[in-house]
Amino acid sequence: MNTLTISPSPHVHSGDSVKKNMYWVIIALLPALAASFFYFGIGAIIVTLTAVLSCVIFEFLISKYILKTEPTIGDGSAALTGLLLAFNLPTYLPIWIIIIGSLVAIGIAKMSFGGLGNNPFNPALVGRVFLLISFPVQMTMWPTPILSRFHYFGLTPEIIDATTGATPLAIMKEGVSSGIAHAELMHRLPSLTELFMGIKGGSAGESAAAALLLGVAILLYKRVITWHIPVSVVGSIIVFTGLLHLYDVESYAGPAFHLLTGGVMLGAFFMATDYVTSPMAPKGMIIFGVGVGVITILIRVFGSFPEGISFAILIMNGFTPLIDKYIRPKRFGEVNKPIKA
Amino acid sequence: MLKTFSLGGIHPAENKLSAGKKIVILPIPEQVSVPLAQHIGAPAEALVNKGDVVKVGQLIAASAGFVSSNIHSPVSGKVLKIDDVVDASGYKHRAIIIKTEGDEWDESIDRSPELIQHINTVPHQIVEKLKEAGIVGLGGAAFPSHVKLSLPPGKICDILVINGVECEPYLTSDHQLMMEKSEEIVVGIRILMKALKVEKAVIGIENNKLDAIEKMTALLAEHPEIRVQALKVQYPQGGEKQLIDACIGRQIPSGKLPIEVGAVVQNVGTAFAVYEAVQKNKPLFERVVTVTGKSVKNPSNFLARIGTPMSFLIDAAGGLPTDTSKIIGGGPMMGKALQSAEVPITKGSSGILIMPEELANRKPMQNCIRCAKCVSVCPMGLSPYLLMLATSKTIWDRAEEEKIMDCIECGSCNFTCPSSRPLLDYIRLGKGKVGQIMRSRTK
Ligand code: SF4
Ligand code: SF4
Repeated sequence: MNTLTISPSPHVHSGDSVKKNMYWVIIALLPALAASFFYFGIGAIIVTLTAVLSCVIFEFLISKYILKTEPTIGDGSAALTGLLLAFNLPTYLPIWIIIIGSLVAIGIAKMSFGGLGNNPFNPALVGRVFLLISFPVQMTMWPTPILSRFHYFGLTPEIIDATTGATPLAIMKEGVSSGIAHAELMHRLPSLTELFMGIKGGSAGESAAAALLLGVAILLYKRVITWHIPVSVVGSIIVFTGLLHLYDVESYAGPAFHLLTGGVMLGAFFMATDYVTSPMAPKGMIIFGVGVGVITILIRVFGSFPEGISFAILIMNGFTPLIDKYIRPKRFGEVNKPIKA
Repeated sequence: MLKTFSLGGIHPAENKLSAGKKIVILPIPEQVSVPLAQHIGAPAEALVNKGDVVKVGQLIAASAGFVSSNIHSPVSGKVLKIDDVVDASGYKHRAIIIKTEGDEWDESIDRSPELIQHINTVPHQIVEKLKEAGIVGLGGAAFPSHVKLSLPPGKICDILVINGVECEPYLTSDHQLMMEKSEEIVVGIRILMKALKVEKAVIGIENNKLDAIEKMTALLAEHPEIRVQALKVQYPQGGEKQLIDACIGRQIPSGKLPIEVGAVVQNVGTAFAVYEAVQKNKPLFERVVTVTGKSVKNPSNFLARIGTPMSFLIDAAGGLPTDTSKIIGGGPMMGKALQSAEVPITKGSSGILIMPEELANRKPMQNCIRCAKCVSVCPMGLSPYLLMLATSKTIWDRAEEEKIMDCIECGSCNFTCPSSRPLLDYIRLGKGKVGQIMRSRTK
């Protein structure tokens, strides 16, 4: 007989692993990935491949040669960061800019804090915001879906002119600030159905709300995430924009428009729910989600950027340690009914 | 509607391989070693010496203090020696070693199979009787029953809660006992109710034992004061706090006992032992033990004498599988890994689980990814990741603030953690330390 293993209880494990969770998130992103390939064609493929490969390679190199630890790229988290970063980029973005974004995401936002689990801010969003500030022109050049499918290399000014357009949020922001009437504005914007299916300008992954909804359904079903964050982000946006809309129908768009445009779906379902950078207690998650929703709309409606969810999530990431410190899970035996004798 | 406890919980694979297997009376081994410390509290004091001749059921070690328990000889024969043997704790403890000769029972024990329904004994006599018969909780903790039934002054008990959930995967001894000895169990429950002077009792049984729920419900038609509560399958429902919450919706406050909410909990196996002690004058010297595991040839439920070496039971279940890598006394969630198969069965042994190589080892630990899964499964509403952190950084006041002492060591957090972090190992360590600090403060 072999020698007996002595170890403390429990002697069984659920079989859950970091890898499984990461791969389920990647699987949940596949419908949106397929949609982005369909709408943005060759550009989406190149942006995605570059971001994923460079994130994985950077993580490997940094852990092997700088931190001198066992590389952890097998757990899928670097690939996921790459995928999420790509989803946040316009599909005409040059390869070298994508590589810089990946380096910032992996090198600065993740590995310099000690790797997976220790980073305070969502790496993909740090990468995106860094690029947005450093390369504002390239980062806001939005290819038009379908039309842009066969262009990436050898872009001439004519092609760019013909195949790019403003995002719905930018049209809205421009329009409202230059005093165009609401009805007129609505006319220039894609219909809600078109928005739902993703036929609009925007970054690779945020386009197709339908595909993202399918993805979040997978995550909830597989219990990779809980409902708290997605529901509170979406719920607070509905309530906030709904109130604004009721207050002044002319100047403020309704909830459906805000939910279906920009990165709200992607952000609420896949970025705000990042384990590492969001709170631990259910109540804390709801506070976090409401914070993300409210800040997003504040930036969109009153700020200078047309889109605000990336900033909103990063700001709330910063509040996560504070939320965790004060919001504890409900303990057993806290509420007590007196005994009826 | 199925009920369950309000916070956390997990659903590990049930693997009840020995479900429905009739309880087999195990032959008597040639030699038994009966540990003096089988229960919570002070070890019993040996009353016999080397060379003494003993009968089955004869008192061989006496309770040493209020929280302690009598021990009776499980076999007839001659005391070989009183020596230190390795028990389930992994350490050497005193045990009485008896060489078996025949099977001669003490005359006062009623060995007839007849069911005695009428309860003659008065409450204080019942408690006395259970103390005499060495009855302890058979669910695993082995807490002396007479202590549980002696309510602290000023406390009232209005309901008896019977634990029939057997929430540990693999184990089936309680389930099988409910199927085969249901009438005796009901009498046992009525005896306990009489001792506690309560009018109500509830038996919690998980919904994966539909046959037991049906059987008990049918039997209890004549006893409306006792009801069966079907419970949703959820671990750790057998924990006292969780069971009371699930069955009657009362939550015991932090650091308090069930009596705080007017309840006393006993296990179905204990109820059966109570029946035998009071109605049949039979002390506790044998119990039902499940022997199980994925590679075990015949997973079984045995009625075994206390002190029987585990190897004897394993042989009866088809022998030790060649791929054995771990032997666990108890279930997979809270049981103890044993150093050898020669460890004797005690009053608290509910099962022997044999694990093959591929299940015996833990996966290497990774960074905490802050997934909050440990938080969401903790039945006590704790933050296991934080307790581990506080322990590893030896910040004891933080650990205490975070209620580390509330942890019931159910292992749900460890089971769930995707990073395979040894949360409970650290929490146990922290509990030891924080407990020490708290005790030194009250001194
Ligand atoms: S072992 Fe303790 S901390 Fe872990 S889940 Fe159970 S009660 Fe909670
Ligand atoms: S389950 Fe494990 S990885 Fe998740 S928060 Fe708890 S300790 Fe961290």
